Amino acid sequence: MKSIRIGAGAGFAGDRIEPAVELVEQGELDFLCFECLAERTIALAQLARQRDPAAGYDPRLERRMRAVLGPAMARGVRIVSNMGAANPLAAMEAALAVAREQGLTGIRMAAVLGDDVLAGIAGEDCALLDRTGSLSDIKPISANAYLGAFPIAQALAEGAQVIFTGRVCDPALFLGPMIHAFGWAEDDWTRLAGGTAIGHLLECAGQLTGGYFADPGYNDVPDLARLGFPLAEVNEDGTAMLTKIAGTGGRLSLANAREQAMYEILDPSRYLQADVVADFTTLNLAETGPDRIAVSGATGHPRPDTLKVSVGYRDGFIGEGQISYAGPGAAARGQLALDIVAERVAMQRLAVDDIRYDLIGVNAVNATGRAPEPAEVRARVAARCADRATAAEIGAEVEALYLNGPSGGGGVTTTLREVVAVASILVPRGAVVPSIVHGVS
Amino acid sequence: MRLRDLAHARTGDKGDTSQICVFARGPAQFSQLERTLTTERVASHLATLRPRRIERFVLPNLQAVNFVLHGVLSGGVTRSLALDAHGKTLGAQLLDMEIDDA
Repeated sequence: MKSIRIGAGAGFAGDRIEPAVELVEQGELDFLCFECLAERTIALAQLARQRDPAAGYDPRLERRMRAVLGPAMARGVRIVSNMGAANPLAAMEAALAVAREQGLTGIRMAAVLGDDVLAGIAGEDCALLDRTGSLSDIKPISANAYLGAFPIAQALAEGAQVIFTGRVCDPALFLGPMIHAFGWAEDDWTRLAGGTAIGHLLECAGQLTGGYFADPGYNDVPDLARLGFPLAEVNEDGTAMLTKIAGTGGRLSLANAREQAMYEILDPSRYLQADVVADFTTLNLAETGPDRIAVSGATGHPRPDTLKVSVGYRDGFIGEGQISYAGPGAAARGQLALDIVAERVAMQRLAVDDIRYDLIGVNAVNATGRAPEPAEVRARVAARCADRATAAEIGAEVEALYLNGPSGGGGVTTTLREVVAVASILVPRGAVVPSIVHGVS
Repeated sequence: MRLRDLAHARTGDKGDTSQICVFARGPAQFSQLERTLTTERVASHLATLRPRRIERFVLPNLQAVNFVLHGVLSGGVTRSLALDAHGKTLGAQLLDMEIDDA
C-alpha cells in the first residue's frame, strides 16, 4: 500500500525551531507542516497589515524558513503552513526572499487566498456562535473563514514545494498532502475523516509526544528539554502509524495519544471540519511498539453546508496590576489589598466594563473553592475598559499599594494592552472562494 | 482514593467553553469512572465555575469520559480577565476529586 510521511514542525506560533530541523534531517519526510495560527493571531496580524501592507504574516516565518528551507529542499520535503496569517502572499514573498538569500533558486511556492471575507460580511447581520449578541453589535476588523484541505492539495498538484495559507482548519494542513498524494475524492467521508484524525493528532506537535502531559510520579516523560515532534506514516486507506525520531526527548505513549485525540473536541461524534464531519467515537489507537501508535477507525459524515468564520474586533483595553504578600496572614493582607483597590475604583468612578479581583495562590485559577493557608499570595486586579487611560489607572492603583496598602507588599507588576477579541459566525460555503497564487525563487 | 490515582486528564477550550477529558488508567478504572464521574460531581467539585450547561460523552474506545462545560471561560480567551484564560489548569484540579474505593 502507498504511504507518505508527514511531520509536525510547530504546534503554535511561538514553538521551538529545532525539532522541525531534526524531523527534516532524520524523519525521511515527504511533507512538513507548521501550525502557527491561533484564533486571535489572525486579527492581530490584520492590524499589522493595515499599518504595513507588506506585514501581516507570522513574524517568525523568516527564522523558521532559514532553519528548514535548505535541508527540506535538499531532501525533497514539501512544506505547508498557515504562517501566511493575514497576508499569505507577503508570506510567500518573504519565504522566496529567504530562498534567494540562501542561493536556493527555482523553488516553487504558493499562497492560498480567499479566507479573508471581511468585505463579504460588511453590512450583513447574523447571530454570533459562541456568545450572546449578533454581528451588528461588533465592529469587525477582520473576518477569516476556515478553509479546507482541497486548495492545499491543488497547490501541491500544481507543483508548489512550499505553501502558505491564511486561516484553514488546522488538520487541513496535514489533510491537504494526503488528498494530493492519494487522490481522495471530495465525498470520500471515511478517508477524509481518517486523515482529519491524523492531522488533529499532529497539529499541536509536541503535545502528542509528551508536552502538556508530564506529571511527575504519575505520567513521567523523559527529556522534555529536547522534546521530539511527531510524524505520521500515512496509508492511502486513511490509517497511519504515529512515531517520532529515535533519540529525541519525550515519549509517544498510548495514554498521551488518547489525550491528544480528544484535545479541544466537544461532541466526539461530530468534529466539524470544512471538508468532513469526523466521528471519533469509532477511532482506534493502539501501541504497537515504543513510540509507535497505530491510528485507524475514524468514520465520517458529509461536510457541513456552512463554514466557520472568525471575526476579530476591538474590545477596549485591559489594565492589570499585581502585588505579592508572604508570611503569616499573607492571604488576609492580599484580600485587604484587593478591597482597597475596589474602594478606590468606586470612589473615582472609573469606567470599567468588567473587573476581576484574584488572590493568586488562593483563588485565581483554583475553581474548587477550597484553599488552605498559603505561604505567599499575589493580589491581582484586572479590568477591561473602553479607553486606555482608564485601564492604565488599574495598574497605578495597585502600584500605589506599595506605600498606601497592607504591610509587606512587594514585587508590583503592571500591564496594559489593547484587546482584540474574536467571535465566530457561520457563512454559506458558496460565499467563500479560495484561490492560489504561485511564485518561484 | 483520588481521581488522579485512576485517571489522567487533558483540558482544551473553544470560545467560552471548556472541555475536560478524563482518561482511565486501565479497564477496571474505566468502569469506575463511567459509574461515578457524573456531571453533578464535576460541577460540585469545580464549585466556583458555575457552568451554564454541562455535557458528558463516554468514549469506550479511548477509555475516556469527556466533559463540555459551557460558559465558564469569562467570554473566551481573547477577552477574558482570568489569569488562566484558557482554563488549562482545570483538568488537574478535577483529578483532586475523592472517589469511593468501591
